Amino acid sequence: MSVLAAALAFPVAAGRADVAEGQRLYSQDCASCHDVRGRAPALRGVGARAADFYLTTGYMPLGHPGEEPKRSRVRYDDRELRSLIDYIASLGPGPGIPQPQPERGNLAVGLRSFTQHCSGCHQVVGEGGYVPDSVAWPLKKASATQIAEAVRIGPYVMPHFTKRQISDRELDSVIRFVLDSRHPDNRGGWAIGNIGPVPEGLVSWLIAGSALVGVCLLIGKRNKA
Amino acid sequence: MKLGRWLVAGALLLLGRRRPPPRLPAPERIVPPGPPRPRAELVVAALLLLAAVCAAGFPVTYAFENLGHQTQFLGLALGLAFAFLSAACIVAGSHLVVTEELEEDYPPPAHPSEQDALGRLFAESGDHFTRSRLLLGAAGAAGTALLLALITPVLSLGSLFRTGAFSDTPWRRGTRLVGEDGRALRADEIAEKTFYTAFPEGADREELGSPVVVVRLPPGDLRLPAGRRGWAPHGILAYSKICTHAGCAINLYRAPLYEPVEPRPALVCPCHYSTFDPAEGAKVIFGPAGRPLPQLPLMVDASGELRAAGNFSDAVGPSWWGVRGKAT
Repeated sequence: MSVLAAALAFPVAAGRADVAEGQRLYSQDCASCHDVRGRAPALRGVGARAADFYLTTGYMPLGHPGEEPKRSRVRYDDRELRSLIDYIASLGPGPGIPQPQPERGNLAVGLRSFTQHCSGCHQVVGEGGYVPDSVAWPLKKASATQIAEAVRIGPYVMPHFTKRQISDRELDSVIRFVLDSRHPDNRGGWAIGNIGPVPEGLVSWLIAGSALVGVCLLIGKRNKA
Repeated sequence: MKLGRWLVAGALLLLGRRRPPPRLPAPERIVPPGPPRPRAELVVAALLLLAAVCAAGFPVTYAFENLGHQTQFLGLALGLAFAFLSAACIVAGSHLVVTEELEEDYPPPAHPSEQDALGRLFAESGDHFTRSRLLLGAAGAAGTALLLALITPVLSLGSLFRTGAFSDTPWRRGTRLVGEDGRALRADEIAEKTFYTAFPEGADREELGSPVVVVRLPPGDLRLPAGRRGWAPHGILAYSKICTHAGCAINLYRAPLYEPVEPRPALVCPCHYSTFDPAEGAKVIFGPAGRPLPQLPLMVDASGELRAAGNFSDAVGPSWWGVRGKAT
């Protein structure tokens, strides 16, 4: 009985220690903006979902408030991440980390839904694009969980999408499409990084074109007038 | 039986054998004789054979269906075959085919008196024209009228005089807004910081005047033009989804998560980044659009569903002459 109690108590105690570590990290790296009204949103009630998204993508911490967050090096190790996320989740009841199942999704549904809701900014295969005064980042490195989080949160100037707009099932399909579009089936031949018609133009005009001019110079003969 | 066939074949060979033709004295050569070039010939033959091997590689590669990078190998085989073929042509052209450059003199210029005669012929042919001004005037009139006739179809590109047709949309006072799934949009379902596409219930969705984009802003943030009081119940706004610049669908909504430090809300067209401020009656704040998006007045019925309170504030669709003139 006492062994069971100890076994049950131990994770709780460990959890509390983690939250304490999270609080230390929070006051060190986050509080200078998030605890000041008007500089950054208050984090009470944002839940583990937002904390996980912003910290695992390296969006936070920012250099200064108002800067557009972008994917960068994650500053914390796994244990620190977990304790910081736990601490922010403990500030108030909020949504937990979503658990998408992209393997459950349908690629065709995902393509249609992505085209309708996402491609206006992120472009057809998630290569990223522009919105006046901000950037729609490429989705090439986003994990399934991060995509699910971003769709529901709407980070920076991205709109969020409610379950009526994109149901969880449809979201699985969207994620499956995004993950799948990273490894296209290059039936056409040499894809050259899959960055579209630009490298093809470079190859055909610069490389092949100059090679042809070189051959012409090589086999031609200059007429002495 | 077999032997009989051999005999027939032998006889045919003997009978069919011709005597060698009598030797005639060789005619004089036109092209000066040159030394044979066995090495160049050998190189050309080798290049042609290589081209043959590469070209043969194409069907072989084609036969292996499960080969990884098959497309690339197909291209390589065909490309190398063409490269060797052209190399063979280059070597043959430069080392085996005899080339010679010849110059040919220009013919002497025509006789000067002939040109003089031509000039006089032209001048004297005009003897019948006595009223040249009248004729020039008539020709000018004909030309101008023809030009006008040619540019008249330009009027079909847009309606200069009758723009009423562009304000004719399926929206009437009381038309319900339905979502993409065909269900009616309820006011309490419309969240801030996201956007919805809605259509008039029961109307053709492909019609230019049908689709609207619906967003919700805090009512205190709205600065709608005068005369639009009550158009946005609970801060819910509806604008035509068709960009007033080139008619693309507005499907970008810049929705700041934390407004104090981020760009303000904006509806953006993905084609040329025309940016409209939904709080100020979709005023153009960036991009090539010439006038705001037409706003659809809204109302909430007793059951909480969104309905149109009338038609759009302005003509829907891209702007031109008459339509742009009506800009608010």
